[in-house]
Amino acid sequence: MSARRLFTYAWPAVPIIAALLFTAALLVIFDASPLESLVAIFQGAFGDQSKTLSVMAFWVPLTLCSIGLLITFTAGLWNIGIEGQIIMGSIAASWVALKIDAPDPLQVPLELIMAMLAGAFWGALSAVLKTRGKVHEIFSGLALNNLAIILTNYLISGPWQPPEGGTFRGTQPFADAALLPRFADSRFSPISLAITLVAIGMVYVTLRGTFWGLKLKSLGKNPFSSFLLGVASERETILAMMFCGALAGLGGSIRVLSWFDSLRQSISGGIGFLALLVVMLANYRILYVPFITFFFSAILNGSITLQLRTQLHSSIGGILTGVMVLFVLLFGDSRIFKFFKKEDINERT
Amino acid sequence: MNEPEIVRILASVVLASAPIIIAVVGETITERSGIVNLSLDGTMLMAAMSSFMVALTFSNVWIGFVAGAIVGMAFAAVVAFGSITLNKSQVAVGFVLTLLGDDLSAFLGQNFTRIPGPVVKHFGIPILEDIPIIGPIFFDQSVVVYFAFILVMVSWWFLNRTQQGLRLRSAGERPEAAFARGVGVNRVRYIYTIAGGALVGIAGASYSLDVKIGWSDGHIRGLGWIALAIVIFGGWSPVRGALGALLFGATKVLATILQRTFPEVSVVAFNAIPWVLMILVLLVVASDFTDRIISFMPRRIQPPLRRVFRIAPPMALSTNFVER
Amino acid sequence: MEIDLQDIRKYFGSVKANDGINMQLKGGHIYGLLGENGAGKSTLMKILSGYQPPDSGQILLDESPSKFDSPAQALKSGIGMLYQEPLDFPPFKIIDNYLLGKDNRLRLDYKTVEAELMEFSSRYNFNLDVQAFIDSLSLGERQQLELVRLLAGGAQVLILDEPTTGISAEQKELLFDSIRILAHEEGKTIILVSHKLDEVQELCDHAFVLRKGKLVGEINIPCSNESLVEMMFGQIPERSDRSPQIKDKAMLKIHDLTISTYRMQIESINLEIKSGEVFGLAGLEGSGQELLMQTIAGLIKPAKGKIFLDGVDMTGWSYHRVRDELTAYVPAGRLEAGLVSGLSITEHVVLAEPEHAFFVDWKASREDSEKRIVEYQIVGTPGTMADELSGGNQQRLLFALLNNPLKLVMLEHPTRGLDVQSTNYIWEKLYSRRNDGTAILFMSADLDEIIERSDRIAVFSGGIMSRVVDAKSTNVDELGHLIGGRE
Repeated sequence: MSARRLFTYAWPAVPIIAALLFTAALLVIFDASPLESLVAIFQGAFGDQSKTLSVMAFWVPLTLCSIGLLITFTAGLWNIGIEGQIIMGSIAASWVALKIDAPDPLQVPLELIMAMLAGAFWGALSAVLKTRGKVHEIFSGLALNNLAIILTNYLISGPWQPPEGGTFRGTQPFADAALLPRFADSRFSPISLAITLVAIGMVYVTLRGTFWGLKLKSLGKNPFSSFLLGVASERETILAMMFCGALAGLGGSIRVLSWFDSLRQSISGGIGFLALLVVMLANYRILYVPFITFFFSAILNGSITLQLRTQLHSSIGGILTGVMVLFVLLFGDSRIFKFFKKEDINERT
Repeated sequence: MNEPEIVRILASVVLASAPIIIAVVGETITERSGIVNLSLDGTMLMAAMSSFMVALTFSNVWIGFVAGAIVGMAFAAVVAFGSITLNKSQVAVGFVLTLLGDDLSAFLGQNFTRIPGPVVKHFGIPILEDIPIIGPIFFDQSVVVYFAFILVMVSWWFLNRTQQGLRLRSAGERPEAAFARGVGVNRVRYIYTIAGGALVGIAGASYSLDVKIGWSDGHIRGLGWIALAIVIFGGWSPVRGALGALLFGATKVLATILQRTFPEVSVVAFNAIPWVLMILVLLVVASDFTDRIISFMPRRIQPPLRRVFRIAPPMALSTNFVER
Repeated sequence: MEIDLQDIRKYFGSVKANDGINMQLKGGHIYGLLGENGAGKSTLMKILSGYQPPDSGQILLDESPSKFDSPAQALKSGIGMLYQEPLDFPPFKIIDNYLLGKDNRLRLDYKTVEAELMEFSSRYNFNLDVQAFIDSLSLGERQQLELVRLLAGGAQVLILDEPTTGISAEQKELLFDSIRILAHEEGKTIILVSHKLDEVQELCDHAFVLRKGKLVGEINIPCSNESLVEMMFGQIPERSDRSPQIKDKAMLKIHDLTISTYRMQIESINLEIKSGEVFGLAGLEGSGQELLMQTIAGLIKPAKGKIFLDGVDMTGWSYHRVRDELTAYVPAGRLEAGLVSGLSITEHVVLAEPEHAFFVDWKASREDSEKRIVEYQIVGTPGTMADELSGGNQQRLLFALLNNPLKLVMLEHPTRGLDVQSTNYIWEKLYSRRNDGTAILFMSADLDEIIERSDRIAVFSGGIMSRVVDAKSTNVDELGHLIGGRE
């Protein structure tokens, strides 16, 4: 491998290390030892079996959302509304769990399917507002996110409140039969892992191997040329948002049916926005995504233990991941030095 | 409800809306130059936290405001640098910063939560405060409110009646043509993005020093996003943006009041109103709906109506301009 | 003011846009600058007006060398250019547009400026409502405004780039009168860049002709149109003998078609193209040929009239529906319109196929791409990205994406940027299609190509289509007239 190619591949390590140094500096300012904090985070993530399983349990919905976003990003869309799609999936799954009594083998699958449909619907709303109403998906997504949150709060404090009275913490807990079977005493559901792996495969195949995936790629890069080549932008935009919404909704259902046992406030846990960061850091490559989501999951879960141990606010984990994405976004391009050179006049065409 | 109570309520609407007005004007200026600063939410949180922390440390609100402005400028500078110099996506950089600002403010502010701190003084303006009804609502307020009023007027004048304002707008409408007229497009964009950021920072500071006093994790989360939306409702005009902010503040207050009077009509309906309203207004803004309505009005008033209701975004908004 | 352009050179990659041009211009005259598209007129004028710097060469104003960093600086030195699409600000008010960049004072002085604007407008007989918005004006009015702004800015030299395209006859008369006042009464230098020979004859004293980046001639006006055409296009060669393959069936019938856009109105086009016929649309860009083709392709809805393809009424059909009816529209834009940057050749081939399976058979598509690469002599591999190809190869890729069979193929500038060999090859491919009955409608700025390749020709000038002439029997005189806009 030539020196130039090595440089291109190795360069992104520089902003990542810079991010680590930045976070370490912050810790030092707060009289904490970066090394000790790192150890605490690591122990918080992998210290014992239940912690490791928590990391896995967080990884599942984060990965589902991230791969869903790959679809919308391919189509050139900024699906900020993904948080709302997660929440609607949670709500739909909760509705089935609380209100529908299906025979055992069908209960959970029904919850998952309804969640996917709800997420897809919520995504379709943003898409149609864009294609028919020319409303940018960032703002329709924002509004729909908040509407979903309002709906959740209403359900928790109102019709679905626990029998002993509303505490605003969560709805009435679901019956055991409605929940996803969990491994040992953890929040992790092995089935959800299987589902996620299948989903990763499906998205991979969709993007690389289907005609629809190619249409999306073309649409995202040049809508007008794509139109001339026969790609119908409205249809594909709506389908792309529905696909992502379905995956997000699925993630939401897994949250209420395994991580929690009921619908809670902040059920989405910021996972949607995190997924946007993941995809940016992964430079939109699906093969990097599961690893980055694992890393994020470990750091964020570990930070909670860090807070318990050292009184340092757990947001340090979010800072580390956020700064990493920022630095890679700004400085991760190995051709960065050319931005600082005055352009050669003769190079212009 | 009697008159003094209504007056009190309206006055609180004005107070609560003032910081949003400041943020909206700041972002309007930025967007008119062609840059979208999506980091508003994170910026405001960081500014609120830092200004509180600084004001507390020095027992002086004004230094707190300065700190807030500096934080706002710093965030805006990163967005400007990332997009103008490094040619990255404005939306991407802004989005990462907004999340980062949230986490950073929570972490850095962790030792300052729920502590009482210095507060901006309220004072009445002589004579004006004695005007029945309007007086107490608008002229017996805090400095922040007065600043917001003055800001709206000054920014309107600046944008529409000065040479510098013209150049700012030209950079956002048609950078190639602006360049041909001798305007340093990217220089202009840097300046006004950072200036807008300063205002956003001041807005954040206004919260912890005046409206929602003190600091706690995530205490004004969401307001930056709302400000971004109001910039659009306001059709990128500081005056209309200010009206939009007041309207928003009013719906929130209205929601709380009506909730008390009609507890059965659920929380959902009232909290949802601003968001549904946002979608509806955005639909109207993006379509030719207003144009069509105007075309039904009597001929004579059409041109001035068109002038008031120009709501198109700056033509070159969110595009990067690579200067030769 | 005297202008002396000395050995001006400007290259874009390997293209010699301006190849050592020397020109002298004096005040008080109206000069015409002629040449076909790609001859280098706009490049030269952009250099003179400060929009871009030359790669080498000098500009002397009244014998002192000048360098401009921007058009604003050039205006300070007295040179202003009026673009075909004026560089103004549609959302601004007229008065604001006028004031931008005028001076460095903070406050905008509306009162003084209003008076100034009114004075200028009355001097040249323009009618301006100072508070109106630029986007409510017609193109002609925007030009008037820009002219006033340049004059008020101190322009002694005015470059007008195709100013009469898209304005009404009245506005044109007004413009011409003002130009005469400016040159003959005020001693300014006017350069009119135009392809409308009749207007050049009407207005100018002297004409410069550019061809392929060089100044090939200058002449005093009045002169004959033929001499101008000959300088612009070179000797028009005898058309080689080729037997037409026109079938009896009418493939495309256009009946009383009217197209209406912001820039241009095209009225009552009637045209019939037979199966197997090659029909050429001549005329320089912006004259209406593109709009006609785009309307037939379904990208623009006609205001009036009917379009029939192979007997079927397809008026008002959407682009995708027209495309499904075995037509193809190949735009000139390449990467802006037709190809996608970031997609490989194979990916384009997959998209262009008429039938699609759910899963893409990449292996088969790669083989198909290989075949097309060989067939169309594209320099690239199936994995090469469209934006990595050279311009000529991009053009070949656009051809390689055409399907078989097709009833109608519409092409914008099919061989632009291609060398002689590739051009011949492409036309061979097009001819084999027309032998199978495909009707071919194409537009080109290259008169040679139009005459050599077409069976019949029509010329567009200012939105009006001329009568249809037979390619075999037309001559320089006839074409010169048609291009100049006269019957």
